Amino acid sequence: MEAAETLAVARARPALTLGRAILLVGILLAIAVPFAAKSFLVFQLTLVLVYAIAICGLNLLTGFNGQFSLGHGAFYAIGAYTAAILMEHGGVSYVWTIPAAGLVCFVAGFLFGLPALRLEAIYLALATFALAVAAPQILKLSPIEHWTGGVQGIVILKPDAPFGLPLNQDQWLYFFTLGVALAMFFAAHNLVHSRTGRAIMAIRDNPIAARSMGINTALYKTLTFGVSALYTGVAGALGAIVVQFVAPDSFTFSLSIAFLVGLVVGGVGWIPGALFGGAFVLFVPNIAEHISKGLSGAAYGVILILLIYLMPSGAGGFFQLLANRAAKWRRRPREERT
Amino acid sequence: MELLLQQVLAGLATGGIYACMALAVVMIYQAIDHLNFAQGEMAMFSTFIAWQLLAWGVPYWAAFLITIAISFIAGAAIERIVFKPIHDAPVLSHVVVFIALFAILNSLAGFIWDFTIKPFPTPFGTAPLFGRGIVSAHQAGMIAVTLVVLVFLYVFFRYTPVGLQMRAAAGNPQSARLVGIRVGWMIALGWGMAAAIGAIAGMLIAPVVFLEPSMMLGILLYGFAAAVVGGLTSPGGAVLGGFSVGILENLVATYVPYVGSELKLPIALVIIVTVLVVRPGGLFGRVHVQRV
Repeated sequence: MEAAETLAVARARPALTLGRAILLVGILLAIAVPFAAKSFLVFQLTLVLVYAIAICGLNLLTGFNGQFSLGHGAFYAIGAYTAAILMEHGGVSYVWTIPAAGLVCFVAGFLFGLPALRLEAIYLALATFALAVAAPQILKLSPIEHWTGGVQGIVILKPDAPFGLPLNQDQWLYFFTLGVALAMFFAAHNLVHSRTGRAIMAIRDNPIAARSMGINTALYKTLTFGVSALYTGVAGALGAIVVQFVAPDSFTFSLSIAFLVGLVVGGVGWIPGALFGGAFVLFVPNIAEHISKGLSGAAYGVILILLIYLMPSGAGGFFQLLANRAAKWRRRPREERT
Repeated sequence: MELLLQQVLAGLATGGIYACMALAVVMIYQAIDHLNFAQGEMAMFSTFIAWQLLAWGVPYWAAFLITIAISFIAGAAIERIVFKPIHDAPVLSHVVVFIALFAILNSLAGFIWDFTIKPFPTPFGTAPLFGRGIVSAHQAGMIAVTLVVLVFLYVFFRYTPVGLQMRAAAGNPQSARLVGIRVGWMIALGWGMAAAIGAIAGMLIAPVVFLEPSMMLGILLYGFAAAVVGGLTSPGGAVLGGFSVGILENLVATYVPYVGSELKLPIALVIIVTVLVVRPGGLFGRVHVQRV
């Protein structure tokens, strides 16, 4: 948590021009990529963005508010199913399923956040762990099979690019996801740097002090849970549209775990870290499979452990370290002069 | 009434499984203050070692003891090799390493012994006890072993110097170190014991649920639920929690429509959330009070 604190503080200070430049180049690159890359890579990058949104949601909850969750896969599932059911049974356009999924997940997250209020770190991890393990079984439940399609799930059709844009379906979905992701990241950035964001972080750093300063701890904690679930739900809806399919067994415990891994790898309490996390979650299991087919899980585990050894506070901490070194290096000649 | 009694007895039998696992969960929580999500996989791996020993013709009880010894050493070794270097890392990094361990053990077991379901022998026989066909001899034996382990743990923590040192190391590491307790080794010891108890649980559970690399996830969840019901700091509470979760699961399955067959895992979720909301410390646990 300490690393997260220093990060959060450091982000508020200068180097903004450099940060903006990197951001601009990043966005330009992101726009250029789908015209150069193969269809499958575009599809994968879309999924990276989807995971990044989900991880960003988890980051708001865990990184900035200090509440653990091993169960965000469940909210992702709720978002995905909301989108799929609306499209399949309601005939709603895919664009409108995104806010709907966000809203449904906000309510679900808010409601789950209420009992979570009483749970301390490890207990909350446990309760959300149970939520993640239980989610696939709830989705398979027979009384709601008419809506969810039971074990079979629901198949969704991929949308075409609107307004006659000269893009294929993968490219269009990529840009659509990119747009949503940028908006969500921008909102998260603004939220964290607002009065509300400071209240959220104060609760993480010292709940008792935060309460004595007049912050409504219960309200902010449940709201953060809701917003976090909203992010994950939007990601779930996007994910369902991109993959064109939802089924209970795509939302197992391992999905929640993947989000958590992405969060830690990207850097807890650092918003852009979600992108690194998303990329890690999507590409590293494939790399592990290349190393050894039979032992892909073991290779993945070893990579994870090595990563934690080398960068205990994730990509965010790593960049912070680099920035500190660079600053020290720049400062040195001046000190020698005096 | 007859049905109720039957279901309670059957619940006791499955409760024995959960009690075993909950005991291992509480054990490691005492030692390291974390919930080990790789616990189930560690137990599964130990059980595969026992299976391999049996396949090589080692007699059951010899294999039982050898497996416990191997698991103890392996558990302590995991702590020394994997967790000691990241001792100061944030909690989330620990959780990620647990996940890594989970993936490694699961994949390794599947690689060495493949993913087919294997039967596992029981030393107690499968004849029904009391001639009613509800509680089999194996289940009775399992409950007995669980209780023996519980008594052993109680005596160990209560009356031996090492047990006292372990409690001190877990409760207040800094003060413990100041009075000359080697906290690092106490933690390793805790890991070893948790791995050993997990091995016992795995070997007792395997005849009921069969042996395969992912046999433990559901059981681990129930083990967590049982540990939470009993209180994460109380081994006795964990065992009692295991039995009550088992009974509750069976009763709900019998009397509430839909739930029994399809919602086994959500029951654990409901139990965990309910108990935590009503009594955050569990039935027998101590509530953690924070000093400002």
